[in-house]
Amino acid sequence: MSAAVYRATGVARGLETAGAWLLGALWILPLAYALWTAFHPGEFSTRFVLAAPLTLANFAKAWAAAPFARYFVNTVILCTMILAMQLLLCTLAAYAFARFEFPGRTIAFALVLVQLMVTPDVLIVENYRTMSALGLRDTIVAIGLPYVASAFGIFLLRQTFKTVPKELDEAARVEGCSPLQVLWKVYVPLARPVYLAYALVSVSYHWNNFLWPLIITNSVESRPLTVGLQVFSGTDQGIDWSIITAATLLTTAPLLIGFLLFQRQFVQSFMRAGIK
Amino acid sequence: MTRTAQWLYGWLLLLPAAALLALFTHYPAAATAWHSFFSTPKGTRPPAYVGIDNYAQLVDDPIFWQSLSNNLWYAAGTIPLSIALALLMAAWVNGKLVGRGLLRLAYFTPTVLPMIAVANIWLFFYTPEYGLVEKIGSALGFAAHNWLGSKNTALGCLMAVAVWKEAGFFMIFYLAALQQISPQLAEAAAIEGASRWYFFRRVTFPLLMPTTLFVLVNAVINAFRLVDHIVVMTRGGPDNATELLLYYIYEIGFRFWDTAYAAALTMVLLTVLALVALGQFWFLDRRVHYQ
Repeated sequence: MSAAVYRATGVARGLETAGAWLLGALWILPLAYALWTAFHPGEFSTRFVLAAPLTLANFAKAWAAAPFARYFVNTVILCTMILAMQLLLCTLAAYAFARFEFPGRTIAFALVLVQLMVTPDVLIVENYRTMSALGLRDTIVAIGLPYVASAFGIFLLRQTFKTVPKELDEAARVEGCSPLQVLWKVYVPLARPVYLAYALVSVSYHWNNFLWPLIITNSVESRPLTVGLQVFSGTDQGIDWSIITAATLLTTAPLLIGFLLFQRQFVQSFMRAGIK
Repeated sequence: MTRTAQWLYGWLLLLPAAALLALFTHYPAAATAWHSFFSTPKGTRPPAYVGIDNYAQLVDDPIFWQSLSNNLWYAAGTIPLSIALALLMAAWVNGKLVGRGLLRLAYFTPTVLPMIAVANIWLFFYTPEYGLVEKIGSALGFAAHNWLGSKNTALGCLMAVAVWKEAGFFMIFYLAALQQISPQLAEAAAIEGASRWYFFRRVTFPLLMPTTLFVLVNAVINAFRLVDHIVVMTRGGPDNATELLLYYIYEIGFRFWDTAYAAALTMVLLTVLALVALGQFWFLDRRVHYQ
């Protein structure tokens, strides 16, 4: 199944193609259904007739019914802030692990890897207490801070930095570069594809994150889109599915459009992030 | 560079990340253990040391046991199914099927959508009377059924959403691994007369073992970590049938504000995750082939 000689032929091939397409149709069905409902008037939300008129009214109603513009701004600030800080902190830490000998390095690395298992998502009760003590409750900073020192990012970049030939490093030092200059001029440029991969994974994770933001925010000023969507569809709206699906598509649109445009990069990034 | 300089640079570079990790991962894990032995502060009354009272409460709490058993069923149902589907998808997309670019897109799209948003769509699917599931059911002549409102089907409905959301994500890792397997292996096996299934079972699948382990660990963590859809679709109901451990912690900690009991519950979750980590090392030691 990995090479030409083991490819299905004849009837088997037809069956496999049919199976693959059936599964694909099933997988795209919820999104297709949401698109149908959102772009048609309410009375057509469960009636599938080709003559149904298209409309943008559901989107207009959803946009007017809740402060989605503010939620968009909050989410963009959140994702940008997290990513910028992650890139900085993870780069420095990964550089330390990859190229410096210091006492406690092994144990420190093991302590970093703990976060791969025990993600901030499960430590909600204590992190809420910490944020309250720091006076950060209901701020965008509080949503992002627990995720900034990302074990995944440190691990990924450390593996990448370790593949950089030591000779390049030494050559730069002979030229008189300080360790930070070496990092900036040698390591960071060579790791560019990994940075891109990590950025896409990080942005899609934090754009979609929900439980922790739900807990730590309670005002329009700090809520990200996911929480805003839940507040909107859970309480403000009765059960007007056309408007709820319009709001749902609205909140996911930037990510979805970005994904469709940069599909190849997205998929390759996730691949690269997984291989390590 | 001198040894001292190496030490100094190493620690200084590590410091910012280490400080934040300590504050938001190691400290809260330790604090959870500590607070689980105290009572919840109420008004002006400070927390008091209560020994193992919180754990005793936990042992006597039928909802806790149900959430744990629900979570185990949820894991047992979603993990094998999503991994098997992921492998199948990867094999298909890796082959020369018609329109494989579109298929890859279809399989992968759920991964980039927020769980909270897709839960809204699926909620609509499962709605009594109007929902698509109900429409298809009635068209095929099945009796009306409240899918999310019935104790017997609610957890299954949530599992379907989780499998749908995750299979495409895991597919990517299998796809990457499949692309790294040398085609010469298949040629050699074909010359030896190995059947297609035999080749998959004895060559491809063992070579994919590191990927399977990676995916498996991620799947297990997600089964205990991702409860967004429960907030939207069932809120743990009906009659606690969809209560998962983390959602129960959320309810106890942030709707009943019983932080001490929530700490004891979190310790159970941390224990589960620690067992996964230990299992991973044990498995790595004995079973996984590396190329």
